[in-house]
Amino acid sequence: MKKTLLAALCALATPALAAPQPELDALRAEFDHKFQALQADYEARLKALEGRVQAAEAQAGQAQATAQTAATTAEQTAQAAAPAPPSNAFNPDISLILQGAYNDRAGGERPLSGFLPAGDHAHAERGFTLDHTELVMSANIDPYLRGFLNLAFLDEEVEVEEAWFQSLQLGYGLTVKGGRFLSGIGYQNEKHPHAWDFADNNLVYEALFGEGLLQDGLQLRWLAPTELFFELGAELAKGQFFPGSEAGGDKNGAGSWAAFAHLGGDVGASHSWRTGLSYLKARPREREGWVDDLNDVEALTLFSGDSRTWLADFVWKWAPNGNPRERNFTFAAEYFQRDENGDLTCTDNSIEGGACLDLTDAYDSDQSGWYAQAVYQFMPRWRVGTRYSRLSSGSTDFGLNAASLDGDRYHPDRWSLMTDFSPSEFSRFRLQFNRDEVLSGDTDNQLILQYIMSLGSHGAHQF
Amino acid sequence: MRTLFLSALMSFLLIAPAQAALRVLACEPEWAALTRELAGDLAEVDSATTALQDPHRIEARPSLLAKARRADLLICTGAELEAGWLPLLQRQAGNGRIQPGQPGYFEGSAQVPLLERPAQLDRAQGDLHAAGNPHVQLDPRRVAKIADALAQRLAQLDPPNAARYAERNADFQKRWQAASERWAEQGARLKGVAVVVHHKSFSYLADWLGLVVVGDLEPKPGVEPSAAHLAALLESLKGHPARMILHAAYQSAQPSAWLSQKAGIAAVELPYTVGGAPGTDDLFGLFEVTLARLLSAAP
Repeated sequence: MKKTLLAALCALATPALAAPQPELDALRAEFDHKFQALQADYEARLKALEGRVQAAEAQAGQAQATAQTAATTAEQTAQAAAPAPPSNAFNPDISLILQGAYNDRAGGERPLSGFLPAGDHAHAERGFTLDHTELVMSANIDPYLRGFLNLAFLDEEVEVEEAWFQSLQLGYGLTVKGGRFLSGIGYQNEKHPHAWDFADNNLVYEALFGEGLLQDGLQLRWLAPTELFFELGAELAKGQFFPGSEAGGDKNGAGSWAAFAHLGGDVGASHSWRTGLSYLKARPREREGWVDDLNDVEALTLFSGDSRTWLADFVWKWAPNGNPRERNFTFAAEYFQRDENGDLTCTDNSIEGGACLDLTDAYDSDQSGWYAQAVYQFMPRWRVGTRYSRLSSGSTDFGLNAASLDGDRYHPDRWSLMTDFSPSEFSRFRLQFNRDEVLSGDTDNQLILQYIMSLGSHGAHQF
Repeated sequence: MRTLFLSALMSFLLIAPAQAALRVLACEPEWAALTRELAGDLAEVDSATTALQDPHRIEARPSLLAKARRADLLICTGAELEAGWLPLLQRQAGNGRIQPGQPGYFEGSAQVPLLERPAQLDRAQGDLHAAGNPHVQLDPRRVAKIADALAQRLAQLDPPNAARYAERNADFQKRWQAASERWAEQGARLKGVAVVVHHKSFSYLADWLGLVVVGDLEPKPGVEPSAAHLAALLESLKGHPARMILHAAYQSAQPSAWLSQKAGIAAVELPYTVGGAPGTDDLFGLFEVTLARLLSAAP
């Protein structure tokens, strides 16, 4: 080794031989000096290296002694030597959801007969439509917290669907979430529309929340340390979204609260289930709702009072040997009961020929509804499903406003049939047929062709 | 009397940590089996999936959340294999011990060099794993490395039993080394044998035995085999004939059977992981059965 080094250095030094003698001597002296220093340094390093190699060999000991293994390992290590991660490696996971549809349906709004409308989501477009385009970002904030953002883009509008932080390190089965989040009540509520099994919402969630219940506030969940899945959750929130209202959320403290309990488990390798019971309390103030009065003229109602909702859910899933890749089956059903009482104002619409005269009086409703759906993947990529939703508006007590508003009992219902094709885990095309009888005395046969594309980070397989 | 009481107390104190066994949840059966080798009765081991389940496509079921909630150690493959469900288990179980970066979370694939790291990340290339191919368990050399790392991790989490984990690992490594040498000898005639694989589940097995993968039933990783792709594959096999078609126990046997019939080559179902076939109750059995099935179809 030393000799090769010497030879190499001499070879490098040869051009210097062409220089005059005194210079040459000076150079030689300098060279000798430097060379000795180099030699000493090199030897020291070599010794250290040898020592390290010996130590490593001794440590490796019995494992992988054969020359073949050593060679492959060296090769693999070389392969594993990755380039440095790009500077954006700390950026959040980003995914983008593209959704759109072609709807063939009756024009205009189709409100749920006998129900005060939940937000402005009931309106569905005809023909080609672009649904929400969603942008999702999430990342760990630090070792203790994780952050999540979901923006929904619509024309001239961006909705913050979710924006929250979540604790990671509390332990004891506890998780805290804060910000705007999809409430943990019910089964479907935590799923965004792109994760639904049908192109449109079921009537239960349409009647209760429009789309789903968003909460601005805090959520605490506790998972029990048991074999059986048992989870309790509680939420405190501003309560500005339906069934709450903007004015109801305008207070110190919480305008709404919710609590839920979930139980779940497996039966053998092929079956799994989850069931839950949830309660939501909101205190809407001057909650706006447009309804048709007895003269069939649009009237703006304002409700102030208490809204209490019970929600029960059950989900059962089957896959042969628990492997959903080829075939799987899901059954889900939810039932709700909502009791609202307080005061209702029907604002004056007599100028348009309406029956309302700005009268405020007691309001009491006790409404319920359910849906059940079954979805079967009969071969890779292909699924079929059916769903039935039915609501009962109960008989609504409008007090003095009964003179201008219809308090009769209605049973809006809707049948849906769907089939979808997913070329991969990241894309889906869906065809759905609805027989829609939500509007009393008016049946609408609807056809929906929908696409859902998910770009970027791999999505989560929520139960 | 007092001495009796004291000795009873002492023995209770000594036994107590042993009774409080480490709760281990493995994402896949191979890591559950490895933990059983290294920990014996020091750990209570559970597997989130079985050999008949596709580890890519699992849902974060309530039962898995309940298991993750109580785990002291979560052992997974990593490299995005469980990207669809593992993060949900970690986030929703309310268990700080098993978060990424904590000693209670261990990734098998992070302990060994990975093959097939994609040069370019584009979903047009299928469901790629940025870190490389995660299916590392069918290479005994890599299993040995992972065992070393796992034994250290177990000792770190359960210091009173550190010596026992080291002892058990040394014993395992000795038996594993001997078995590996025997398998390498038996498998020598598989070197250079051309195979078609269903999914890239057998890249490490091929790397170890010197099998040559000449085709995939999946047009792109994670994309279902299509009729058009299988027809094209059949055509290309005329130019580069293969000896056998390999699929894992959890994968559909249909595409393999179709190609096997058309191309006149053997379709071989491999256990892929522990529990995937009779006689694969542990890692040794997994390799014995895998080799036996390969050899039965080899020239």
